[in-house]
Amino acid sequence: MTATMTQCLLRLVEEDYKLSDYQSEIAPRWCAGCGDIGILTAIQRLCRDEQIMPEKTVFVSGIGCSSRLPHYMNAYGFHGLHGRALPVAEGVKLRRPDLDVFVTTGDGDCCSIGAAHWLHAIRYNMNMTVLLHDNQVYGLTKMQASPTSPRDLKTNTTPYGAYLNPLNPLTVTLGVTNVSFVAQAVDWIPDLLYDIIAQAHRHRGLSFVRVLQRCPEFMNHRFDEAVHDPSKTRILTHSDGLRLKPEISRIYRNQETHDPLDMPRALAIAALSDEIPVGVLYRDPSVPCYEELREAERPNTPDLIRTVLDEEFDKVTIWPQVEDASTGVE
Amino acid sequence: MSMSSQASKKSKPAKQRPGNGETRLSEAPKPRPALLLDEHIVEIVSDSGEGAQRCGQSFGAIAARLGNGIWTVEIIPAEIRPPPRSIAGASGNRVRLASYRVTNGGDEADVVVAFNEQVLLSRVRTGEIKPGGIILLENMWQNDRDETIAAGYMKVCEEIRAAGYRLYEIPMEAECMKYVPDPRRGKNMFALGMLCGIYSLDAEIARAQVRFVFAKKDQKIIDANIELLDAGRAWALENLDLKFAVPASKTSEPQVVMNGNAALALGVVASGMEVCAMYPITPATSASHYLSEIFEKVGCVVHQAEDEISACAFAIGASYAGKCAVTITSGPGLSLKQEAIGLAVMGEIPLVVVNVQRGGPSTGQPTKAEQGDLLAACFGGHGDAPKVVLAVSSIEDCFYSIITARKIAETFNMVVIVLSDASLATAQQPFPRPSFNEGWLAPPIDQSAVPENALPYDWDSRTGIAPRFIPGQPGGMHCLTGLAHDRLSHVAYGPEINEEGIRQRSHKLATFQKTLKTPKVFGDKDGDLLLVGWGSTCGAIEEAVETLRARGHRVSSIHLKFLQPMASGIGDILQRFDKVMTIENNWCDSLDEDLINEENRRYSNLALLLRARYLVDVDCWGEVRGQPLKPGAIVKAALPKLEKV
Repeated sequence: MTATMTQCLLRLVEEDYKLSDYQSEIAPRWCAGCGDIGILTAIQRLCRDEQIMPEKTVFVSGIGCSSRLPHYMNAYGFHGLHGRALPVAEGVKLRRPDLDVFVTTGDGDCCSIGAAHWLHAIRYNMNMTVLLHDNQVYGLTKMQASPTSPRDLKTNTTPYGAYLNPLNPLTVTLGVTNVSFVAQAVDWIPDLLYDIIAQAHRHRGLSFVRVLQRCPEFMNHRFDEAVHDPSKTRILTHSDGLRLKPEISRIYRNQETHDPLDMPRALAIAALSDEIPVGVLYRDPSVPCYEELREAERPNTPDLIRTVLDEEFDKVTIWPQVEDASTGVE
Repeated sequence: MSMSSQASKKSKPAKQRPGNGETRLSEAPKPRPALLLDEHIVEIVSDSGEGAQRCGQSFGAIAARLGNGIWTVEIIPAEIRPPPRSIAGASGNRVRLASYRVTNGGDEADVVVAFNEQVLLSRVRTGEIKPGGIILLENMWQNDRDETIAAGYMKVCEEIRAAGYRLYEIPMEAECMKYVPDPRRGKNMFALGMLCGIYSLDAEIARAQVRFVFAKKDQKIIDANIELLDAGRAWALENLDLKFAVPASKTSEPQVVMNGNAALALGVVASGMEVCAMYPITPATSASHYLSEIFEKVGCVVHQAEDEISACAFAIGASYAGKCAVTITSGPGLSLKQEAIGLAVMGEIPLVVVNVQRGGPSTGQPTKAEQGDLLAACFGGHGDAPKVVLAVSSIEDCFYSIITARKIAETFNMVVIVLSDASLATAQQPFPRPSFNEGWLAPPIDQSAVPENALPYDWDSRTGIAPRFIPGQPGGMHCLTGLAHDRLSHVAYGPEINEEGIRQRSHKLATFQKTLKTPKVFGDKDGDLLLVGWGSTCGAIEEAVETLRARGHRVSSIHLKFLQPMASGIGDILQRFDKVMTIENNWCDSLDEDLINEENRRYSNLALLLRARYLVDVDCWGEVRGQPLKPGAIVKAALPKLEKV
């Protein structure tokens, strides 16, 4: 038994990842005060706390400020095309269930150019954690209106104010068939941001977390009201939900016990216009995952490939004829 | 039972005098000795949904089973349900059967079976029927309650006879009514039986084919179809004076008969790829249909994505994670995938893209053949994005090219675009049955720790190739990016490193080019004219070359499998001929038109590439008629080049 004990100890030592083990050598190039920094920190804390193996983790992103996140993680990263993070992540996950897949995307990336993929990703419900960094503006391209920009927002493409009401990513996501996890967090309450991402990560299925984040460059005062007035934030709790520290509970007294299987209430909460809900809006672990539905019954061994090919060829094979039958008489 | 023909309008059974230099038919009623032929082209056309395609395919398959060389071409209307009895609605199949191997659909048809006179007109008016050709036409329309239909029918019959065709009006519907209540279902099997009778094809083999075609149906349906098949044969033997035989050549090895898309699908299985991500698009989709049926049996997945872009991105994700993937599409889909293809080039992710070309631009002609995407495949995306482009030239090539494409993709961490087209997609041809080789597969993905200090883009200075780190490999963590990057995969905008990355990706293509063999010249090594082709036109071009050479012309051809990069030695071949001309199923301006001169002429895809690379005055000839090129048309196009020599 001594040997086994030693092995266990060795394993423990080996797997004792520290926060710095998840930090890449590249320092984040986000603006000072950017909400993305808080999200990165929460993810790195989660990786450390869950002792996630960096080589078994893939962070997939699209294009935009938020999508730079994979560069700052010491893990496998895929910083791909604008709007296409989700299909890439689905391709990664399909045949590699051993990989832990995170997607970081922004309001332009997910809700505008990649909107088709967003809806279908929810429907596929593959087991991955999707973080929508929603700062309600295009930052990397220097302040254009995004689909989630508030009405009347003046930007470089809407100098007279945004014409349309913003799209609500929460109600949209909740409305898609097979939705299995929807939560909302805000970058200015780091404890809850961490807790919500941790819950999302624990969920089996696609967990969609919208993180309201501040853009100090272009939307500096967008969330001031909520930041300064805790009553504008509605904290959603349930028995195995957020673990509110007493100091958080003392500040954020606007709390609601919400059953995360209650879809009508989730939709009502998602649609709140005067308060910002924070917590898990919806959670249904029973929704099947696409990669499990498509899981192979048998591994694709060379022998199996040979057998199936031969079966298919047999159906269309002309074997050499002993006699020439085509000139035969009736 | 009424039946008439050009020669005898009322008698039954008709005694038909042979024409067109054919040898004499016996006067004895039956059994008649068959007229021996080297080859014949048979078409069967009907309204969409009447089963002419199934009839033609089965006829081809039966002939192939008996050892004939065959090539089948689908005649497809663009709509799912075009109006009945319309010229645009002609649907069916052309079957070229021969005593030898055939590589294309040939020129005009010798025999046509038509279920109504309108679909027949569509073939006659487009010049698809040989002058004096034999026409077997359903005659039910002459008594149609709608007088305009009956009159229309009579008028077309007169027109057809006047044009010198040998018209046989056949009571197919009336005959089928003896066996089934609704002949719209089953007339095709009666017609198949007639053709089997006319061409002396073995009855039992024909029945076996019908059983195979209806294998998924219940026994009643199979029996009814076999009854109709036998009835059609008996009727033809009893009532027609047409009796041909195209002797089969003896083959010593087993052959498989399938169309190009089925061969592509089997090629995907044989390559060991595990993921095919696709979005439905004509004419590529049937490959994915078949693959969907068989891929799960080998533990693999066809993923129907929400759009073409997603299909490509999904395949890229799977490939990035070590499971090399293919995405199968057609022209418009290729356009949509271009940005993602550029990402795979930039990230050096292996990827196989199959483009079953159709008529373009835009939605173009979805069901029709064209080779218009060569330049889009080579240069379609933005920026410098070197990738391998290869084209398949036969059904067999569809199968093996996918295996080759995967090998290239994973050896060089590159995108490989495989170009097929609508004419290969649906054409059937026998080829030697492949024997599976484990060497076709790739080894299992590497999950071992990467060496210490190894870099994710450690480009080899001689080849440009960098080993790839696959997620799961300890120590290999890096962030792949579509941005310009250095050897660490860090975003890098420095002038040197950007140029360095572009150079290395370009050099991979040069390294790959060193592995290519010079294509073989078909015909003599030098001469007056060299025809150059790529893709599905190979058979037609080589047949045209044979015809011209038989007439004493000094013509040869080469066919390029690799379009990007091109093999060494092609320039030397071009130099050995006085004139060089590409033959392509795509557009080029003709200098015969007043508007066109050397200053404004637009060249065919391959001609442009050859002119740019080899500085040879390459001419081109092409058609965009939505059909496979015919050997006769190529002969006609080549002759003026030879006369001027």
